Amino acid sequence: MTRPPLAIVTLLAAVLVTSCSHKTASAPLPTPTAFGAAIVETSGEKQTAQAGTALPQPLVVQVNDDQGAALPGALVEFSAAPEVIFDPANGLTDSSGQVTTNVTLGNLAGRYPLTALTTNKARKKIALTIEETALGYQQTLGRQLNEQYCERCHNPESTVERVSNFDNLEIKPHPFTDGDTLNKIGDADLTAIISHGGPALNKSALMPAWGSTLGKSDIQALISYIRAISDPPYRNAGPVYGPN
Amino acid sequence: MKEILKSLWQKLFGDSVRAFGLVSLVFLASLAIAPAKNYFSEWRHYQHGYLKMIRNRSDAVTLQRHFQGGIQQIWLPDLAVVDRCTSCHVGLKEASLADVNMQPFRPHPVIPHKVDQFGCAVCHRGQGAATTVAEAHSSTLAWEQPILPAKYIESSCGECHRGPLPGTPQLNQGRHLLSRYGCVHCHTVKLPNGSTMKATDDPPSLSHIADKTTRQWIYAWLKDPQAYAATATMPNFKLSDDDARDMSAFLIANSTPQPGDTATPSAKPASDPAAGASLYGESFCASCHAVQNAAGNLVGGDVGPELTRVGSKVKPEWLQAWLRNPRAYDAETAMPHYRFNDPQVATLSGFLLAKADSDLLANVHLEEATPEQIAHGKRLVSDYGCASCHEIAGIKKPENFAPELSRIGNKPVTQLVFLPGMQHTLPDYIAAKIKQPRAFGQALKMPQYTFTPAQIDSLATALLALNDRAASLPPSLTVAATLESDYQPAGKAGKLMTDLACFSCHRINGHGGDMAPDLTWEGSSVQRQWLVEFLKNPNTLRPSLIRRMPKFNLTDEEVNELTDYIMTVYQSPAIDRDSMPLSSYPQGQIELGKQLFYGKYACQGCHIVDTKTDKGYIGPTLTQVGSRLNAAWIFGWMKNPQALRPGTAEPNRAMSDEDARALTAFLIAQKAAGKSEVARAKK
Repeated sequence: MTRPPLAIVTLLAAVLVTSCSHKTASAPLPTPTAFGAAIVETSGEKQTAQAGTALPQPLVVQVNDDQGAALPGALVEFSAAPEVIFDPANGLTDSSGQVTTNVTLGNLAGRYPLTALTTNKARKKIALTIEETALGYQQTLGRQLNEQYCERCHNPESTVERVSNFDNLEIKPHPFTDGDTLNKIGDADLTAIISHGGPALNKSALMPAWGSTLGKSDIQALISYIRAISDPPYRNAGPVYGPN
Repeated sequence: MKEILKSLWQKLFGDSVRAFGLVSLVFLASLAIAPAKNYFSEWRHYQHGYLKMIRNRSDAVTLQRHFQGGIQQIWLPDLAVVDRCTSCHVGLKEASLADVNMQPFRPHPVIPHKVDQFGCAVCHRGQGAATTVAEAHSSTLAWEQPILPAKYIESSCGECHRGPLPGTPQLNQGRHLLSRYGCVHCHTVKLPNGSTMKATDDPPSLSHIADKTTRQWIYAWLKDPQAYAATATMPNFKLSDDDARDMSAFLIANSTPQPGDTATPSAKPASDPAAGASLYGESFCASCHAVQNAAGNLVGGDVGPELTRVGSKVKPEWLQAWLRNPRAYDAETAMPHYRFNDPQVATLSGFLLAKADSDLLANVHLEEATPEQIAHGKRLVSDYGCASCHEIAGIKKPENFAPELSRIGNKPVTQLVFLPGMQHTLPDYIAAKIKQPRAFGQALKMPQYTFTPAQIDSLATALLALNDRAASLPPSLTVAATLESDYQPAGKAGKLMTDLACFSCHRINGHGGDMAPDLTWEGSSVQRQWLVEFLKNPNTLRPSLIRRMPKFNLTDEEVNELTDYIMTVYQSPAIDRDSMPLSSYPQGQIELGKQLFYGKYACQGCHIVDTKTDKGYIGPTLTQVGSRLNAAWIFGWMKNPQALRPGTAEPNRAMSDEDARALTAFLIAQKAAGKSEVARAKK
């Protein structure tokens, strides 16, 4: 007599549990058809975007087999701080062994380490960590000023639209990502160089004085941008948002 | 059971003193609830947490001193701000907490406004007066506004700042896209200043389309515009094969010929790829038109349409007529009227027609259209609102074709229909609607755009700024945008400038494009003879630019007309052209200028005076600047370049008059070395 009710209760409980958990259950992971030996970044590392916005370029990672050849069908899962959005958050590598995802960084300015995981033949997770930077208001303004006034000389990379002047200069300016050098120069000294030109710190006169062109807050914005994109990171560059 | 209860009642309330005492106790306990509730409130919890956090920091003493307990409030009657956010966000003003990534204790990022002067909810929305997390951030009580997600925060800047700001690229881009992608053709957007947002995409008239292209191409284009050109602004209407067939049939049947377009070409398109490429390059077509290169990258501007597959689109005779004079087909076009001669038209048309993609129309097989199909096509063209963007003979531009968006930022969530699984917020709705409009219903007319995620976010940002508060702010609290003027040059020269589409690239008196220099004060800047030579044969001032002034093949008479007008009308009141001579500066002053140029100011970093030693690539080449610019202009430029051309990259060096005069003397001595050399330099 006691058995049928028990069965019904169990059934009800099961239905209840599944219906309640339905909301939180995420889409099932695709089943991998291959297992790689290494995961590497193809493109999309070290980008900057305004906090809370999508990175300009998608992140592309590649899974290789033990021969170092691109491996299709391997599962890659992306993870980062809770606010970071991956679209898609996981996927199988395509015929060229790659997975592409669009990344939207968190709402607060800072550095965001992103992790891409894949499983190897021994069913162990192997991880790739890369870093992206979210810019706050001040750094975004600094980036804009950099594009208008600084980048033509300080960025050695040329594009079709913008030819770099870097190679034309007798004394080479420091790229703003050159943390090894710029991190050793304090904010006061950077302000002096930008305001009064290179000679203010016994450096090249090819660096002109910008103190009459840029305001105090502009120069602060530029410095905060330089600190944000520095590689290796500047010590006071702000918080790092890891997964927690 | 009953017995026990009865004896309990007796024990507690048996005599009046005991009953009074007990009731008093209960009363006291209930009175204590109020202070206890206050004591255990969220904000107090956070303030305790903050104090605990700062205790072990090196800057603890300063932070302790700044800390004020209790509920904090920012009250700004003028802005209707009553914000208590700082009760929990205690460290908002503490710059030294920059390393803290835990909310609510992070310091506020540096922005141009102070929290004491603006409060919090003005930008972030939410309920400023609330003192619990849920009430402040979400709209649990169906209050006005939930908190604005930080990714759209620039929309709040846009409520007061009506023009672009250097620190709000997302808002600027969103506003630009609303015009550039023609959203405002269908959706009316009335701006708070009373004007209506105008589209800048300039969709072509379809009244004479049969002159220009074939029905097959129209069919393929309607089915998938981006298959023809990745950069096409025309969205995808997801038409069925039959609908695209009927619409293309109608558009061809409805088209009337334009005299000239159908005339037999005077010269056959010539197949000379080398000459074609060189003419395409010399004419700087790439300044406005993009072409996909072998690597798949687009190279060129976005003023005109992409030309990667133009040979699969246009009819040869139309293309030739267009190249001869585009204004005959479209009087309003941004394309200049180049004065090409017949062999040039033949070469260029041959070159462009070779840019074809045989796959594009390979699978398009259309039978002769029936009258029913044409009638059905006409109905579809009306239904889809094609005439909102395009001029189509016989079809009126529909009024209010799509919902007005002037106050979209205040649309109540209760009026929105959400998709299953999506967040029930206005920003999410707007973004999802732009991303995939037809997901909200297959019958919806809004077409599919190819926006990137970043573009969608910026569009949502711009739209959220269109709200009640933006519309009702008193002018004293807003920063107006610089409005595009409707300046038009007068007379014969004015007509010529319109014909050459100078305003597609140049800006004059607040009207025109931003690709090329502002010419408002060009007459004060350059010497007459130089301008004459330049208009005849524009040479390269800035070697690194890929967008340059094209050669229009003007007649001497046209050149003189233009030069006279520019030299007379476009003068700056701040520059007296004749106040400084163009020659005979003392040699000592010229020498001093040279020293300043190469030494103190290191101008060679960006400019070239001596082609043997200087390599600077950013500013214009100055080898012949003494034959180009007026001395008074150079002097004024040395003193304050931004005053003469706002936004120029040339830094203001706060030069003394003496230095500026010496540099002017040095630069004005850099003359073109006679006619023969000029001719050689041009090559």
